[in-house]
Amino acid sequence: MGETIFCHEFPNGLVLIAEPMSWLESVTCAIRIPAGSIYDREDLPGLAAFSQELTLRGAGGRDSRKLIEDLNKLGIHRVEDVSSAHAKYAASMVASKLPAALAILADIVRRPHLLEKEVEPIRRGLLQDLQGVEDEPLEKLGRELRRRYYPSPWGRPSDGEESGIERIQLKDVQEFHGRHYQPNKTIISIAGRFDWSFVVDLVGELFGDWPAGEPPPVKTVNHQSKYGHIPFASQQVQIGIAYPCVPYRHPDYFVASAAVGVLGGGTSARLFMEVRERRGLCYSVYATYHTLRDWAGVFCFAGTTAERAQETLDVLLSEIRRLGEGIRPDELQRLKARIKSGLVMLQESSAARAMFIARDWYHLGRVRSVSELSRMVDELSCEGINDYLKRNPPGNFTIVTVGPRELEVPDGVL
Amino acid sequence: MAFYRHQLANGLQIVAECHPEAYTAAIGFFVRVGSRDEPPQWAGVSHFLEHMAFKGSEGRTADEVNRSFDEIGAHYNAFTGQESTVFYAAIVPEYWPQALELLADLLQPAFREEDFELERKVILEEISMHEDEPPFGADDKCREVFFGSHPLGHSVLGSLTTIGALTPGDMREYWRKFYSADNITLAGAGRIDFDQLVAEADKWCGKWPSGQVSRQVSSPDGASGWVVLSKPTATQEYLVHMTKGPMEDDDFFAASLLASIVGDSEGSRLFWEFVESGEAENANLRYLDYEDTGIFITHMICDPGRAQRNLDRLFELYQQLVREGITEDELLQAKSKVSSGIVLASERPRNRLFAVGGEWLYHKRYRSVREVLDKIAAVTRDQICDILQRFPLNTGTLVAIGPLNELSRPEAMAAKTEDGRQFVPRSENRHSVP
Repeated sequence: MGETIFCHEFPNGLVLIAEPMSWLESVTCAIRIPAGSIYDREDLPGLAAFSQELTLRGAGGRDSRKLIEDLNKLGIHRVEDVSSAHAKYAASMVASKLPAALAILADIVRRPHLLEKEVEPIRRGLLQDLQGVEDEPLEKLGRELRRRYYPSPWGRPSDGEESGIERIQLKDVQEFHGRHYQPNKTIISIAGRFDWSFVVDLVGELFGDWPAGEPPPVKTVNHQSKYGHIPFASQQVQIGIAYPCVPYRHPDYFVASAAVGVLGGGTSARLFMEVRERRGLCYSVYATYHTLRDWAGVFCFAGTTAERAQETLDVLLSEIRRLGEGIRPDELQRLKARIKSGLVMLQESSAARAMFIARDWYHLGRVRSVSELSRMVDELSCEGINDYLKRNPPGNFTIVTVGPRELEVPDGVL
Repeated sequence: MAFYRHQLANGLQIVAECHPEAYTAAIGFFVRVGSRDEPPQWAGVSHFLEHMAFKGSEGRTADEVNRSFDEIGAHYNAFTGQESTVFYAAIVPEYWPQALELLADLLQPAFREEDFELERKVILEEISMHEDEPPFGADDKCREVFFGSHPLGHSVLGSLTTIGALTPGDMREYWRKFYSADNITLAGAGRIDFDQLVAEADKWCGKWPSGQVSRQVSSPDGASGWVVLSKPTATQEYLVHMTKGPMEDDDFFAASLLASIVGDSEGSRLFWEFVESGEAENANLRYLDYEDTGIFITHMICDPGRAQRNLDRLFELYQQLVREGITEDELLQAKSKVSSGIVLASERPRNRLFAVGGEWLYHKRYRSVREVLDKIAAVTRDQICDILQRFPLNTGTLVAIGPLNELSRPEAMAAKTEDGRQFVPRSENRHSVP
């Protein structure tokens, strides 16, 4: 299973990677263009998101309405998203529709109409999305924690800021598209049912003559203070804690992320057991690993009513720090079982696998097969993980709270 | 892919769609109990009980439950709705018998006092979280007003008061009544051997007692209501609208396609009118079916300054739909979209589990993916226009919550006539619109 991974690099820098999953009826095609929010103009936060939105409002021979109607008629399920590094487009469908879908995707990314009449509706929509965030405590928390934890512009919210969205003009989008939507360092990943030689030819026809550019360098600036509170009229206080971890391409990635799994990745994980099951402090509590190319972090979240928030923060911090003392064999055994079944489940979804191989390529410049991953899981040991934790005990925390009450962060934590 | 069924002597139903080539297996217990079965003073007991199931049985502690599921790498969870409580696990095939043993044990909780008190706190936190997040309880409020005294109006979470007052004894009594073998379906999907499933089920569930569970079923009228709740701290205005939909089996696919045409996330009428134009952050229509009724639910989120205009426009659109129906081209798009969505989802046994188990619990019936696709393909425009006539979208109850103190009822929103029947706008040519 999952052994064959095809790869082809076109002269213009575009990389096509693909993994056949012949047991599926579906296929997913995902495109990552280096046109994410880190490339937002300093004075126009949200330009990348605005630009992606505009690419979907008519492209090639189709106007906005015809584009959506044709995608619907083909039964194509799409997801678009702007991350810090990329503008992402993905389409899942029954296998026979892949050629039609690829042709439409090529139109969208290469030949969008970018019309003036679409600018104000997009602006209205994006501004309302940002207003909506103001009502969502968890969303506010996540944005603020990333912003404080990662160096700017990597921690910048990918949907921008009102100040930027309000001022973006058509020419800004045209300029952004002209400069950043190009094939060099763009990744197209395909997983599911397809014929490789046919797909290489097709992608070559559709994208081979796309003129290459060069993604500009990004200047980074380190962040400000490490505890922030956002007052919010709610019953609960939402707590977010982030601390440093190695990025995905680091040799220690596997042991580091295993430690995160023991901390907060399941119902027998430490945070769930201690904070929810033993103390009943909250409904939701977990920790998750998040990576950019050069930075990564462990992000822990819990929400609890105001009176119990200080206790929750204290327990969270003490559990996170206790992880530095090491993990037990039974914890590792459970973790391995969970990762392994996750790997098997990856084989059931062309969408999940297409995202996965694109992510691997971006971070590693190659793709790990499922059996290689499976071997790496087998090789995980308590000694290896504990050695990592000894060298990198959790600390240097960034903390954000959202709610009616500001909390006290103990000395020496930040 | 093959379907099998069996019934244990105590009445427990076992159904499975077995697929020997699948990568994983999924199993679940579907219990026919939910918020509609609750007496008002016990509101939220079904959901609280679902949580207590994970606190262990006489032979297993809460810690052991959590650890045992993680030891076999199960992706497991449970959810409670108006009509059912479902406990499930998706799992690599070699471990499904262990997963079954663990799931079966969940359904025999110990209801230990100290666990009960601890979990009460967790539920109270869940209620607070729900109230802090948009739409700030407007969904529950709309359900309550629309259904009135009908039990489908009950909230799944319950209130701080009812959850605060429940005792382990109350819950045990409730459990004894509803968790009897003949009120439960065990479903499986993916790489499972059916004979072994029956044997394992008999081993772990064969001694469960039978009972005589009855559910009050009566078609609700559905109120014509208008409620504007002021929440000055909110930024956006949140609108929730419910109106009656069909429940007859023949109408299910037509009603689902109608919801897709009018209000799915891409290319629907609401999408073009409100989302693509930037008039609203979000606007969608969904169709849900219950044992004695169906409902259409509209959600809209928008800037308060646009709320009145959007509302007026929404009900004009609904009125126009009742008058003119839908087009063939819209139906064609919706069929492709919905069908391919079903095909893609069916690749995971976990998704098939919910389809197979739910279908059996409510209808004692199995439908393969092929049959579902055929049913979708067979829906006609006339069927959908007929549903719009019988269940006009521009009636029902609207609840708004947000910074606004008032919103006027749109002219195009039809009220009920005095004898309580729905007022249906007349149309000269019901089914012959281009």
